[in-house]
Amino acid sequence: MKKESAFKKFLYSQKVAPYVFIAPFVITFLVFFAYSIVNMIIMSFQNVAGANTSFIGVENYRILKNAVFIKSLKNSIFYTIVSCALMIPLPMILAALLNSKNMRAKATFRSILFVPALTSVVVAGVVFRLMFGELEGSFMNQVVGAFGVGPLVWLRRPGTVWLALFFICLWRWTGVNMMYYLSGLQQIPEDLYECASIDGANSWQKMLYITIPLLKPTTIYVLTISIFGGMSMFSESFMLFNGNNSPNNVGTTLVGMLYRMGFTQNQLGIASAIGVVFLAIVLVVNLIQLRVNGTLGGKEQ
Amino acid sequence: MVRKNRIYSVCLFIFFTIVAIITLLPLALLAVSSLRPGSDLMRYGLNFSIDWASANLNEYKMLFSGQNAYFTWYKNSLIITVIQVALALFLSACVGYGFAMYEFKGKNVAFVCVLLVMMVPTEVILLPLYRLITKMKLINSMWGIMLPYLVIPMLIFFFRQYLSGISKEFLDAARVDGCTEYGIFFKIMVPLMKPSFAAMGIYQGMQSWNNFLWPMIVINKIDKITLPVGLQSLLSPYGNNYDILIAGSCFAIIPILILFVCFQRYFIEGMTAGGVKG
Repeated sequence: MKKESAFKKFLYSQKVAPYVFIAPFVITFLVFFAYSIVNMIIMSFQNVAGANTSFIGVENYRILKNAVFIKSLKNSIFYTIVSCALMIPLPMILAALLNSKNMRAKATFRSILFVPALTSVVVAGVVFRLMFGELEGSFMNQVVGAFGVGPLVWLRRPGTVWLALFFICLWRWTGVNMMYYLSGLQQIPEDLYECASIDGANSWQKMLYITIPLLKPTTIYVLTISIFGGMSMFSESFMLFNGNNSPNNVGTTLVGMLYRMGFTQNQLGIASAIGVVFLAIVLVVNLIQLRVNGTLGGKEQ
Repeated sequence: MVRKNRIYSVCLFIFFTIVAIITLLPLALLAVSSLRPGSDLMRYGLNFSIDWASANLNEYKMLFSGQNAYFTWYKNSLIITVIQVALALFLSACVGYGFAMYEFKGKNVAFVCVLLVMMVPTEVILLPLYRLITKMKLINSMWGIMLPYLVIPMLIFFFRQYLSGISKEFLDAARVDGCTEYGIFFKIMVPLMKPSFAAMGIYQGMQSWNNFLWPMIVINKIDKITLPVGLQSLLSPYGNNYDILIAGSCFAIIPILILFVCFQRYFIEGMTAGGVKG
């Protein structure tokens, strides 16, 4: 009885309480995250076949020279770059326009533009896969048909595949990114614009010299999430092609390659090596970002 | 000048109306198509041409007829969402509170770990995590889906931020009054955190409800899969798959749309959390 109360006192002390509070994170971190990372690094040097595992050095990393892997990496990088190039200026302009004094029904438009963010990647994928269908009557074929362009096989040619992927990305994320920019705009003091008006600045100059520089924290944040979202893109492509196989690997991404090796072909060692490469890319991007910003992006402070 | 402003205002309005139409177009396509038989879709493709005279709710009747697994998936998703939201909110709030209100040894290291988990996309550890879940015999169990994602860095971050505005003297006052460390959390802090629970509940709810990749990997029994995974499995145009797919996709969004209309503020706050600090 006495022992129990001593334990209780210990548990309730101000020194121990914080550890109890953060315990759920520490446990989850160690069991699922740290363990998985360590396990992945070890597996990447192993030949894993059922119960038999043997160390084979850097053999698995030969995948880096594999043409399909290189293609998937290029696809992911290309997707990331273009989606950043689209998903930063466009939402910024929309937010600035929506925020202007002459705009009516701001709240309504804001909500409507946000609606796609409510859909899952699956529902979005279903709609876009069918919209970009090969049939003459598919919506996108009707659209291009109106301009006299014959029915296209959208999802079999690289150019049109990218178009579909970027459409999904634009559709789902424009509203969300616009919302980030709108809340960024709220934090720019109104008098800055008034001062600029007195100095004779036109709206374009105000945008260039006040709005864009002061939105920098928002832009850094949006850039960060866009880079990581872009590099880990997989589900969109999976939905569009109804599986992980796209004609000639036009839609195979880094994670797609990892999935193919790990879950389809059961090449666990190679899949782990891809995972390690992916992790390295993520860490390098983070380091660059830390260097450039001096802080942890828009995330802290 | 006033005239010029009015023209500008009208142009702006027209521009945003067009943007809004384009935004809603894919969902409108889905809604219109759900009133046609799935065989139409297979033959003619997804488009707006519909004979309104023959439009009907047969697809939805089929959905509700109970002759398919749709509502089993719906129920699975709903159960997982409710449990995961409740547990993730509670556990992450505890952790966020610990970080916000106490000074302790190892705090910085632990917080760097939170940032690390936040930065590394979950796809990186897909394979080792799957192997671990297999070892834990949690494949085909909803706990396999949830267990690794019950303490969410994003939520910890948000709660920590939210609580950092509360003075620590408040805590000392409660201690003087004889409140225990945990009593302070449950009796004083949890009520104070209510608004943040709403926003974060919606954030986590959307994540859980729409989650696709991880549940697809963990579950492979047709009666245990979640709604997004089930819908994806219908994508091949056989039998009456398309009937259920289109109406089912619509019916997966409708409740969320209704909730969105009612609780817009929390949706926007929750889903854009982490954007701008303040």
